[in-house]
Amino acid sequence: MITVLLFAELQEATGRERIEVEVNDMSVSELKDWMKRKYSLPQIDRVMTAVNEEYALPTDRVKSGDVVAFIPPVSGG
Amino acid sequence: MDKKLFEIVEDPIQMEEVIEKVTRREAGAITTFLGTVREWTNGRKTIYLEYQAYKPMAIKMLAQIGEEVEGKWKDTKIAITHRIGHLHISDIAVAIAVSSPHRKAAYEANEYAIERIKQIVPIWKKEHWEDGETWIGDQLEKISYPNGSPNIERG
Repeated sequence: MITVLLFAELQEATGRERIEVEVNDMSVSELKDWMKRKYSLPQIDRVMTAVNEEYALPTDRVKSGDVVAFIPPVSGG
Repeated sequence: MDKKLFEIVEDPIQMEEVIEKVTRREAGAITTFLGTVREWTNGRKTIYLEYQAYKPMAIKMLAQIGEEVEGKWKDTKIAITHRIGHLHISDIAVAIAVSSPHRKAAYEANEYAIERIKQIVPIWKKEHWEDGETWIGDQLEKISYPNGSPNIERG
């Protein structure tokens, strides 16, 4: 199981801060595609992904137990 | 014990406390930057802002910026505090203090730090305008990340 964290516009679009996904091994881009279909999130294409608090590439693998955060373009400061 | 150099807080930021964290006998200069809530942006009036953070990662990224700074400008010391939650006009959203033996490095490092915050630290600002609300995500007008991630420099 993978824990997915959502922030800002993605949190509002889904009404969820956290989603548990029943998969054991997939790439970041596969997970994004799955999220896009399941929650109708076209904007997920332009967000970054962090796996266990480190920025990840689309080809990186996520495994059971990982915490995946989708990071919309940031606007701190 | 050393106070935390990189913090995400919900209460008002006290600049004096941030300065104190970088004050040391070797320093001949301390530069400070305060990011404050602006009322008018391109003709639209802001009523208040709401900041959200992915807190553990945001603290890590602030610490990473600290490492980058200390790698690029020798003998500097930096502290950054970012506030989240509900902020009013003129409230301090972020405070950065850099100390160094000479002023040039302190100025340059301070500017570098705020630019990097806007690139890599997972904090989001929601504008509550008088006529609506928007999550802001394009401050640097570089909304896409062709490589799937921003320019991450690792130690």
